[in-house]
Amino acid sequence: MKFLKQPWQRRHLVEAFMKFIMRVSLVFVAGALGLILWIVVVRGLPALSWSMITQIPKGGYYMGKEGGILNAIIGSLYLATGGTALAMIFSIPIALYLKTYLGDSQWGHYVRLSLDVLWGIPSIVYGAFGFTLMIAFGLRASLLAGIIILALIELPIMTRAMDEVIRRMPVDLEHAALALGSTKLEVALRVVIRQMLPGITTAILLGFGRGIGDAASVLFTAGYTDRIVTSLMRPTASLPLAVFFQLGSPYPEVQRRGYAAALILTIIVLAVSLGSRWISARLNKYTIK
Amino acid sequence: MSQSSQTKTPQAIQNTEGRFSRPSVIPPRARIDGIARRSFFTIMLLPVFLIAVVTIALVIRSWPILQAYPLKDLLFGNIWRPDKGLFGFYPYIIATFWVTAVGVLLATPACILISIYLAEYAHARTRSAAKPILDLLAAIPPVVYGVWGLVAIVPFVDKVLAPLSERWLDSVSIFRVNQPTGFGILAAGIVLAVMIAPLIISVMYEIFATVPNDLRHAALAIGATKWQTIRSIILPQVAPGIVAAVVLGASRALGETIAVLMVVGNVAQTPTSIFDPAYPLPALIANNYGDMMSIPLYDSALLSAALILLIVILIFNILSIVVIQRMLRLK
Repeated sequence: MKFLKQPWQRRHLVEAFMKFIMRVSLVFVAGALGLILWIVVVRGLPALSWSMITQIPKGGYYMGKEGGILNAIIGSLYLATGGTALAMIFSIPIALYLKTYLGDSQWGHYVRLSLDVLWGIPSIVYGAFGFTLMIAFGLRASLLAGIIILALIELPIMTRAMDEVIRRMPVDLEHAALALGSTKLEVALRVVIRQMLPGITTAILLGFGRGIGDAASVLFTAGYTDRIVTSLMRPTASLPLAVFFQLGSPYPEVQRRGYAAALILTIIVLAVSLGSRWISARLNKYTIK
Repeated sequence: MSQSSQTKTPQAIQNTEGRFSRPSVIPPRARIDGIARRSFFTIMLLPVFLIAVVTIALVIRSWPILQAYPLKDLLFGNIWRPDKGLFGFYPYIIATFWVTAVGVLLATPACILISIYLAEYAHARTRSAAKPILDLLAAIPPVVYGVWGLVAIVPFVDKVLAPLSERWLDSVSIFRVNQPTGFGILAAGIVLAVMIAPLIISVMYEIFATVPNDLRHAALAIGATKWQTIRSIILPQVAPGIVAAVVLGASRALGETIAVLMVVGNVAQTPTSIFDPAYPLPALIANNYGDMMSIPLYDSALLSAALILLIVILIFNILSIVVIQRMLRLK
C-alpha cells in the first residue's frame, strides 16, 4: 500500500485539513439556509401588515396604493390543496400496488424508475405540457388546470415518499396475514395501509409544500387575477406569482409587498415541512418495525 | 405413508383432474381481489405512460416549426426574432449550459465533502441536526431562492466578486467583467448551487452508506488514516454513484426556471464570461408565454424549446437514476 509510506505527520495533517474543510462546507450550506431565512424575514416583516393578508388588491394597488394579497393566499391554498387531494387519489393505490403486488420485482423496479424520472421533469415542462393540453381541449387558464398540473407534479413525490416508508414494513406481517387466508387486497387495505399512515401524512405535507411553492407550472395553467377565485373554471392568483410579479414592479412600495408575500409563502412552507417531521415522528410510534 | 396412498377420497381424485375441478363459482372475496388488482394496475400505468404522453404532446405541438426549419438552423441559429420568422436557439442553449455548469461546479466539491463528513465522520447528533437543515433547504420554493438571489447574491457578485475578479483575473476571458451589474451567470450559478445541494448530498450520503464496513475496517487495521481510507478505498468504490448524483443535480439545474430568471439578467447573447448576463431556455419559455399565440409559429417554437429541455433532462435523469438505483440495490 503506497499511501502508508507517507510520514505519519503528513498523513495526520492532511486528515485534519480535510476534516476542517468538510466542516467549513457544512457550515456554508447551513449558513446559506440561515441567510435565506434572515433575508426573507428582514425584508418581508416591515412590509407585512394586517391588510396584506385580509384584503384583495384595490384600485391602484400595483402603483403602491391600498390592498393586500388575499387573492393569492386563497388561490395558492386552493391550488395546493386540490393538487394534493387529486394526487392522493392516485398515489395511494400506486404505493399499495407497488408494495403488495409488485414488491421488489423487475416491474416494481421499472415503476420506481419511472416515478423518479417523472420527479426530475422540471415544472416549466409540466407547465408547457399543461398549455398544450389546454389548447387541445380549448380551455383557458383556470384553477382546475392548475390543480391538474400540480397533481401531476406532486404524484411522483408523494408516491415515492409513501413507498420509502412502506418498504421498511416487516415482511412477516404480510406473510402472517396471507397465511390466515386474506387476499392481497385485504392485506393492502387492512395491514399495509395502517403501517403506511406516517408515510401518507409525510407525503401529503411534502406534496402540499411542493405544490404551494411551484411558480413555473401555474404561470401557464392557472393565470393570475386580482379577484378571489370562485369557480374551478376561473383563473386564480397564487403566492409564488404574487412574489414574482410584485418584485418586477418599478414601485418600491409594491416591491416591499413582494418581500412580504415571500415571507408569507416561506412561513407556510416551513410550517408544513417542520409539521411533517413532527407528525411522522409521532405516528411512527404506532407502526410495527 | 401406505395409509395415505390407500385412502384416496373421491375429493382427492377430483383434485387431480386439474383445472376442471376448480369450483365453478369464484368466491366473492377472490373476485373483488381480482378487480382491485386490475384497477390498481391501471392506475399504476399512469406514471409509466405520463412520461411518454408529455413527450408526445410536446412533439406534436412543436412539429410545425420542426417542419418549417431544418433542425440545424434552430439549434445553431444565432438570431431570435420571432416577428421576422427567425428562431435561433443557440444563445439560449449555450446560456442554459453555462448556468448549469457554473451551478454544478460550485455545488459538487462542497456536496462531496459534506456527504463524506456526514457519512464517515459526523457524530450521530451532527447528522440528525444536518438532516432538517437539508430538508428545509429542499423545501424552500424557487421563488424565495429568487428573492434571496436578488437581495443578497446579485449585490454580492456586483460589489465583491466582480471587483476581485477585475483585479486578479482580468486576463482570463471567462472571468472578465464586461457588463458590471451583478445580474448574470455567476449569480444564477450560486443560487442554483444552493438549490441542488440538498438533493446531491442526500443521494451521495445514501451511496456512501452502501460501502460495506469490512472495507473500512480492513483499511483502518493496516494503519491508514480515515481520510486515506476514504480516498483510496471508499471513493473508488462509489465513484459511479458520485458522478450519477452530480448528473442528477445537473438535470435539476437545467430546468430551474423562476429562481434563475430573477437573477440571470435575461439578455439574449452568447456569453463569454461568467459575469455576463444570459438568457437560459426555461427563462425564455416563462417570459414569453403571454404573447405566444400572437405570432405565427411562436408557440410552436417555445414548446419546442420545452421539448429540447425535456429530452436533455430525460437523458441525464434516466442515466443517473439507473446507476444510483443499481448501486443502492447491490447493497
